[in-house]
Amino acid sequence: MPKTIREINEKIKRGEAVVVTAEEIIDIAEEKGVKKAAQEVDVVTTATFGPMCSSGAYLNIGHSKPRIKLGGGRAYLNDVPVYTGFAAVDILIGANALPDDDPRNKIHPGEFSYGGGHVIEELVAGKDLKLTATAYGTDCYPRKKLETWINIKDLNETVLFNPRNAYQNYNVAVNLSDRVIYTYMGILKPKLGNANYCSAGQLSPLLNDPYYKTIGIGTRIFLGGGVGYVAWQGTQHNPTAPRTPNGVPRAGAGTLAVMGDLKKMSPEWLKGTTMTGYGTTLTVGIGIPIPILDEEILTYTTVKDEDIYAQVIDYSLAYPEFEPGSLGEVSYRELKSGRILVQGKEVPTGSLSSYARAKEIADILKNWIKRDKFLLTEPVQSLPSADSGLTFKPLKERPLE
Amino acid sequence: MQKKKVVLTFPYKLINQPITYHLIKDYDLKVNILRARINPREEGRLMIEIGGEEKSLEKGMNYLKELGVEVQSLAQDIRWLDEKCTHCTVCIPICPTEAIILDRNQMIVSFDKDKCIGCGLCVPACPYKAVEILF
Ligand code: SF4
Ligand code: SF4
Repeated sequence: MPKTIREINEKIKRGEAVVVTAEEIIDIAEEKGVKKAAQEVDVVTTATFGPMCSSGAYLNIGHSKPRIKLGGGRAYLNDVPVYTGFAAVDILIGANALPDDDPRNKIHPGEFSYGGGHVIEELVAGKDLKLTATAYGTDCYPRKKLETWINIKDLNETVLFNPRNAYQNYNVAVNLSDRVIYTYMGILKPKLGNANYCSAGQLSPLLNDPYYKTIGIGTRIFLGGGVGYVAWQGTQHNPTAPRTPNGVPRAGAGTLAVMGDLKKMSPEWLKGTTMTGYGTTLTVGIGIPIPILDEEILTYTTVKDEDIYAQVIDYSLAYPEFEPGSLGEVSYRELKSGRILVQGKEVPTGSLSSYARAKEIADILKNWIKRDKFLLTEPVQSLPSADSGLTFKPLKERPLE
Repeated sequence: MQKKKVVLTFPYKLINQPITYHLIKDYDLKVNILRARINPREEGRLMIEIGGEEKSLEKGMNYLKELGVEVQSLAQDIRWLDEKCTHCTVCIPICPTEAIILDRNQMIVSFDKDKCIGCGLCVPACPYKAVEILF
């Protein structure tokens, strides 16, 4: 008998819901069989904790006396530039933003020790941040200069808004060249010296709901230690990526745009991140509950690391030149074993996404549902799925003449 | 023959003295300089591997201490910050000595000071500044 989200929520309210993590469900289904497991288990929690570059936050800092219109002017938080294209006192900070005087890659590889991701972490941690701004002044907003400390507790809306998070699967990065390269996938040693991957595999949200049957617009989630929501499909959402017979994409596919109140989040689950030679970013903790509505949905959540494959891509040439071609396909089980085989060579692996932290998030979310009566949501609208025909298009450049 | 890795910190006034020369010449020690940093007007730091007879090694160390050089065994100078480590594992294939250890059942990372040679390769590789070489 299929269940409804409403029925599951009634059980949650009575404290009777059976909630397990996407790791625990594997053994449960093996032991009890899919049919029984689908009857007994109400919710499976999934999670991920990794660097997610398309992340940022918008803040309303409140009006100064006399008033200033930052829109069209310039503003900085701890010397990191913020975007001022919204009205008078709404500012937007992106995880990749860097101080104007950061040397970047002038001496390669650049250090990138502080940027937008770190500003967001410090804001969430309750630290005072230095706001400096200049504006052109108008009759209604006469002020031209502002320098002050700000603190999250004194601000109005503080919203984490990440246009692309929780990638459904990702590349495994290697380096075929004979020099060290510094990428967003980490430091890659020459001649297949290491292979870096970035997914929680069997715990990862969209790998447990490959066709987005339960995760959709409006889904309530764990975001950065607080409560957030899926706002839209993420940018570069590519549901038509090739899939294995179990529905799991073999390469980067779906993505999520997520948002939530920064004031309720914690620096433990939003971490300013430094990729040497590449830039700064934000590591985001995301947990998503999957309501077990029927056997099909349960079957998706039983996906194991050995059933999930990723493509090995050369980041010295194929990736930067946007050339097609994978050096092969490996499973997350192989990746987690510490060694994969690429072009006949054993290559040691490392991950950018923390499986240990993802597991912690899946457990926290489980407790929220069981103890704090965190209720599940019916998606307001589904995300475009494999049948949508939606693909991720490259840029068509046209000469300016 | 004994060998150890130490970090020498010496005050500004000693910067111009040929300390390693004396260690080699007067105490018959083998000195291999791993890293050096001299800050003008401040202090100098030298990471060395030093080897020789137990007695000579002891005498050499005493000579340094008498001069006012601070001697630290190397592991004290390299810190892995548990509270900053997210256990991502991206440093694992970078470390040449398996000083950063991964428990593959739990996917939890730990640090074995004794195995660390202070090469510093993990420092730029860690996205969370969880490894510090105080050099
Ligand atoms: S300093 Fe070198 S040896 Fe020590 S942990 Fe880092 S990479 Fe390993
Ligand atoms: S790279 Fe840094 S955060 Fe990741 S496991 Fe190593 S020490 Fe920990």
